[in-house]
Amino acid sequence: MKIAVSAMGDDLNSMLDVRFGRCNYFVIYDSEDGLIKSIENSGQMAGGGAGVAAAQQILDEDVEAVITGNMGPNAFRLFQSSDIKVYRCESMKVKKAVQFFNEGKLQELNTAGPAHAGMGRGAGRGFRGGR
Amino acid sequence: MQEWAGVQAGDLGEEDRLNIAVLSGKGGTGKTTIATNLSVVTAANYIDCDVEEPNGFIFLNPAQIISQAVKVDYPVIDRKRCTLCGDCAKICQFNALVKTKKEVILFEKLCHSCRACRIACKHEAITFAKRTIGAIEEGQAGDLICRRGILQIGEPMAVPVIKALLENLPAGINLLDCAAGTSCNVVSSLHYADGAVLVTEPSAFGLHDLKMAVKLVRNFNLPFGVIVNKYNGDDRIQKFCQEENIPVLGTITYQRKAAEVYSAGKVLVELSVYKKEFCKIAEGMRGVFPWNWQ
Repeated sequence: MKIAVSAMGDDLNSMLDVRFGRCNYFVIYDSEDGLIKSIENSGQMAGGGAGVAAAQQILDEDVEAVITGNMGPNAFRLFQSSDIKVYRCESMKVKKAVQFFNEGKLQELNTAGPAHAGMGRGAGRGFRGGR
Repeated sequence: MQEWAGVQAGDLGEEDRLNIAVLSGKGGTGKTTIATNLSVVTAANYIDCDVEEPNGFIFLNPAQIISQAVKVDYPVIDRKRCTLCGDCAKICQFNALVKTKKEVILFEKLCHSCRACRIACKHEAITFAKRTIGAIEEGQAGDLICRRGILQIGEPMAVPVIKALLENLPAGINLLDCAAGTSCNVVSSLHYADGAVLVTEPSAFGLHDLKMAVKLVRNFNLPFGVIVNKYNGDDRIQKFCQEENIPVLGTITYQRKAAEVYSAGKVLVELSVYKKEFCKIAEGMRGVFPWNWQ
């Protein structure tokens, strides 16, 4: 089973990034053979639709579960319609998050968080999407 | 006086329009106050381009308002023709289309109506439909034409409404009351402007954001002048304008009674002291914007 974790770096020792659409990397872990792979998040620098761009990359990787902190409504809708489960996790090493997942300690995310929450400097609250 | 780089008097286009954008950089400096009052004293049409929160109609009270919907295109995918190749999602620069295992999903609010998806689709599975994102309203206040764009609540993209609003402006002088800041919404309004009036206030923030607005209008090579609103004797704006060789068109004095008139939804030129100040500004505009002024 392949699991994608939103992360600040590109390996298992990196910290989990609680932002989904604007994280730097996705670390993808295969629980069967223990293989890991990391992909750079193309949504990170997107002008808009970061979560959607990030979700498209993950859909292309054929993962079955995603571990992250929060997820906006667009990406959440995509994973729901693709039967990919999303799990919520605090910021910790990716290795530890995967271990928690294997032990069944992570909770499934059942609702989307607010849009634009990962844009930093409080932009999520007063964001005026004037593009 | 500002060097003329833009249009010359007499070649303003077949319709003989002079479009003057009123912008500020900082929010709350009084763009709408200036634009509505200047409309009255210069007999200019008032165009509210702050489509996310248009409020100039409160002061000018136009009647006989006609409303027209603003619609944008969005792709519709024919599932019988779609092979789930994903080319449309790949080409989309705005992440509006996503290919899942079962279907292609559209996020209509991210779509910029660029039509690249239809060009990329090899299976002719994409057609376009229209959806309403806002409206244009137009009415008359005496001899003045008042027009405004309204973006529907929840819609993120204001530019299509601004473009629809500023196409085919009436003949004569049009004052374009822009959004705050120097965002895309202001930039797309400036595409239609022949000149600009920068409204600011004598504060550190007012000066800081004025500098951004000056940079923006200089990029557009537009003739422009500055109005100091809420003037309280602090001359930091005038000092900056002098250094930068920018004409100051006038000042509006900071007084409690201005706020009283404003909060009653009236124009300041009802008070003689403000009428004088606005007439002086109108006089200053004659020197900056070439036009067959009456």
